[in-house]
Amino acid sequence: MSLYLLAVLLAAVSGLPGLFLRRRGGGVAAGLMGLAAVLGIAAALRVLAGGAAGRLGLPAAPLGSPGLLVLDPIAAWFLLPVLLLSACGAMFGLGYWGERPGARLLRLVYGALAAFLALLVAAAHPLVFLLGWEGMAIAAFLLVMAEDRKAETRRAGWIYLVATHTGTLCLFAAFGVLSAQGAGAFAALPRGFAASGSGTAVFVLCLLAFGFKAGVMPLHVWLPPAHAAAPSHVSALMSGVLIKMGILGLVRLLSWIPDPPLWWGALLLGLGALSGVLGVAFALGQHDLKRLLAYHSIENIGIILLGLGLGTMGKSLGHPILQALGFAGALLHVLNHSLFKGLLFLSAGSVAHATGTRDLDRLGGLGHRMPWTSAAFLAGAWAICGLPPLNGFVSEWFLYLGSFRALALSRWPWSVGVLAALALIGALALACFAKAFGAVFLGMARTRAAEDIHESPRSMLVPMGVLVLACALIGLAPALVAPALDRVVAALGSPAVAGLPALSGLASLPLLSALALGLLGLALLLGLWLRPRRRDAALPTWDCGYAVPSARMQYTASSFADGPVTGLRWALLPRIHEARVRGLFPGATRYESHVPDPVLDRAADPALRLSARGLSLLRFVQGGHLPVYLLYVLLTLLTLLVWMVV
Amino acid sequence: MPGFLVFPSHVALHLLVALLLPPLIPGLIAKVKARMAGRTGPPVLQLYYDLARLARKEAVFSRTTTWVFLAGPVGAVAAGLVASLLVPFGHTPAPVAFEGDVILFAYLFGLARFLTILSALDTGSSFEGMGAAREAAFSALAEPALFLGFAALAKATASLSLTPMLLAQGAAGVRLTGPLILVLAGWAIVYLAENSRIPVDDPNTHLELTMIHEVMVLDHSGRPFALVLYGASLKLVVLGALLVDLVLPATSRPWLDWLLFLGCLGLLSGAVGLVESATARFRMTKVPQFLVAGVLASGFAFLLLLV
Amino acid sequence: MSPDFLIALIMLTNFTLVATSRINKAIQVAVVQGVLLGLMPIAMGLGRHPHILFMVAAAIAVKGWFIPFLLRRALRHVQIHREVDPYIGYTASLLLCAAGTGLSLVLAHSLPLKVGTTPTFLVPAALATLFTGFLVLVSRRKALTQVVGYLVLENGIYLFGLLLVEDMPVLVETGILLDLFVGVFVMGIVINHIRTAFESTDTRHLSELKD
Repeated sequence: MSLYLLAVLLAAVSGLPGLFLRRRGGGVAAGLMGLAAVLGIAAALRVLAGGAAGRLGLPAAPLGSPGLLVLDPIAAWFLLPVLLLSACGAMFGLGYWGERPGARLLRLVYGALAAFLALLVAAAHPLVFLLGWEGMAIAAFLLVMAEDRKAETRRAGWIYLVATHTGTLCLFAAFGVLSAQGAGAFAALPRGFAASGSGTAVFVLCLLAFGFKAGVMPLHVWLPPAHAAAPSHVSALMSGVLIKMGILGLVRLLSWIPDPPLWWGALLLGLGALSGVLGVAFALGQHDLKRLLAYHSIENIGIILLGLGLGTMGKSLGHPILQALGFAGALLHVLNHSLFKGLLFLSAGSVAHATGTRDLDRLGGLGHRMPWTSAAFLAGAWAICGLPPLNGFVSEWFLYLGSFRALALSRWPWSVGVLAALALIGALALACFAKAFGAVFLGMARTRAAEDIHESPRSMLVPMGVLVLACALIGLAPALVAPALDRVVAALGSPAVAGLPALSGLASLPLLSALALGLLGLALLLGLWLRPRRRDAALPTWDCGYAVPSARMQYTASSFADGPVTGLRWALLPRIHEARVRGLFPGATRYESHVPDPVLDRAADPALRLSARGLSLLRFVQGGHLPVYLLYVLLTLLTLLVWMVV
Repeated sequence: MPGFLVFPSHVALHLLVALLLPPLIPGLIAKVKARMAGRTGPPVLQLYYDLARLARKEAVFSRTTTWVFLAGPVGAVAAGLVASLLVPFGHTPAPVAFEGDVILFAYLFGLARFLTILSALDTGSSFEGMGAAREAAFSALAEPALFLGFAALAKATASLSLTPMLLAQGAAGVRLTGPLILVLAGWAIVYLAENSRIPVDDPNTHLELTMIHEVMVLDHSGRPFALVLYGASLKLVVLGALLVDLVLPATSRPWLDWLLFLGCLGLLSGAVGLVESATARFRMTKVPQFLVAGVLASGFAFLLLLV
Repeated sequence: MSPDFLIALIMLTNFTLVATSRINKAIQVAVVQGVLLGLMPIAMGLGRHPHILFMVAAAIAVKGWFIPFLLRRALRHVQIHREVDPYIGYTASLLLCAAGTGLSLVLAHSLPLKVGTTPTFLVPAALATLFTGFLVLVSRRKALTQVVGYLVLENGIYLFGLLLVEDMPVLVETGILLDLFVGVFVMGIVINHIRTAFESTDTRHLSELKD
């Protein structure tokens, strides 16, 4: 516990020395954050390996419940990605952001964000939870607005602020309902509570609050602009960890309810499938690399919700194996996604740093000059598509196993929906990342910006390497994390789950590792056989005899994705501007396609504009006179006092 | 069901068949097509000779490509070989069988597809990019068909491993006939699509508007090309084993099982050759509809099992 | 020195503050009020805890010396000595302050608070000080006077906090920290910015910032 507290403290102050040092501030910050990560991860691993949960509480109990901070298995599991990604991001920021103006503030707030996140995962009291929640939201807002000279960044920051505070209001309401019921928050709730009216209210409010934070469709509107506008190591932290805090909230809620009604699990499954499929469909239409990655985060949150839904259905139906597999898949995907999404955002940052652009249709051929970044992005893409032998496959493996097992459970084929959704998501994600990786790193450079580049400095490459190793480790040896997963799932599921055999045996993990290693060995052997020999010639692409193809003749990213986007145009509603090619000898023409976010641009924006027009009638209240505002406060206070007395 | 290795002799035979048999299948198909067209056609063992010849040749690499270019052929063969370990050939159990190996099976082919697409994009050519785009789009439709078929079999046999799922024919008390035909139909469509056979794709054409798989491997030569051809034939065998196992009756003796399997595989190749000779390639816009038909067939198979 | 005596003095300072138009005098009143408040815990008989003694010393130092020091420094920079033309006239403010004190006496009687060893007039005094501070905030124009009003508001809250000082001194100490925060932040930064932006500390100009 003391290790954990020390880690939180170190993370919080990591930006402080940079305020006073002239040049080495970044290095000190990264070093402190790295130390914090090592200590915190050690504390978390100790708890996950079977150690006792650490507790911290105030001696007198003025706030209503005993513990303030409890480092239990759930907290320890979520702490792992928090600290690992913060440390990697801090090191990445050394080379990426350097000592630009605003670097000191950035480092300070980054450290504060990491500390608030670490505090939030172990919160065991509503006030501490809310403190961490708000602190995280505001710190993230400040970080998103790091480049606030651009109008697009300001817009992204405002949308984020509004969305997160709407969620926080719902969270306040949820905690209010919980305490009004007399139920002590952060402890197991009595049976029958979940089925009551207030239980339903709590669930819906929590879904709204945590859905806003996690980016569940249709509450995802803040995610793409914010992730695209923020600096890349901040995007990595946001995508990898911040949105997982929404999942943390849902996990905590589910761990308090011993008897969730069936419709809870069904709703989670529905939202998961919706987010997953639509998320990846929208990602296919994007031509900004970071927006694409942001939509993929939405998709992966969908997959995590599918896992939570499976587990909750298992809890409702009294099926321990389904619970174990569903929850294990969801939780492992939380860790996996933070690893490979962090990796992807860091490499995207490397690309943006080298070329100055994020537009897929302006890049190309970067694999020649930036081999390490290219390999890191490939590893991230490989993992996120869920392909063996990396870690994405293992978490989807659990979900597939769970949904196959659930086929036998009831007459309703609900788990076929899960299966179909997972298969569709996998296939579309494969297409999308083939497009992204191909458009950026393969082929030839499409513009000048993509030609005059060099590989990123070591400070940016090492964090990517660490994340690649982590992905490979979990992918090749999942049996290592299975015992920790067992412990976390036991905290989450019904008591029957604790009595199940270990996850390794249930999911045949050692055999998977053996096959994965066999695959790698075969690939290595074949690769050796194919090793280019000295006398092999190097020539331009043959391409069926078309001599010397130019860079502009390559398939662009939009063309690659055109098939699925056209097929899904009823959902994506792309905006296409084209002048058709006519006649035998046509002149120059242009084509432009754009997939805006429909919830934001077609639903939220018009609705808010309408309500703004209505509310502007109340404008007179905001007169601009300071004393009048203070008068409002005074009157409110008096009214409340009188009301309390009367 | 834990993984286990049964009867080492069967394992050895399985591995041998998986390694050495594949190049025979395209030869058989080509022979059937030639006969149907009134020609003599190349010898059935032609692909073996081709592979040996290619292994001796120099490879030519485009300047635009990186190491990803070689990942395509390597991935296709490595994934195919590991997948062949999971599929039972005939009524002998597969060397590796455990619960959920269907998922690994499907995802191994997904891996091969991913790497092939990337190696096609690596050349920076518009044709190969086009083939890659089509492959990515069409596989998004073919995957659910495969998975729904697996779901139907899993529901019918109440098991999650390829070996019990496919070999339930021999076991008594499993009613499969109606849904079985639908699953076969769906999977036949997937087989034609994944192996780039007419009517989905023409393996012999060189017109850029009509290619999917063929165009993705335009720039390979020498040893990489040998791996590409071998990987394609391996896919024919492994996916064909899925189809054949569904209809194969069980016999009492293992050697008879093997012979029956090999014979049925030959019959399947003949059937593919017949289909290729008798039909023309679909217009590209009809291919998605064809694949959706496959999805519907598998889907209905599953629904029938619920009733 | 009974606590009720101190409380009566505090209420007197409220009236004085509301009636004065000279900024220097307002600051002096704030100092006196701060010292009186600082001495309250000792008068309430809690002087035996060393923790509380430390808190008393800190409160007197901050409220009685540090904040007025900052205020006087700002006064020297700004060179304004009189509050001119407030929104609510001085006589009216005095009457309102009296009404407020009366209201607090009535309200405090009906509030559902625990009856313990606290002096009887503590809660009404707290409410009255709160109200006075608000009144000054709402009715005065100059930023410096408004800051004094805010400090008096803080004092009212601090008085409330004294109800809990035996159980949770930490909470009350945090109140002192808040005073410090206000002193540095508000005075140091805001007044300076108002002055440089508008060349005066008349807060009427802040309305120009309205959207």
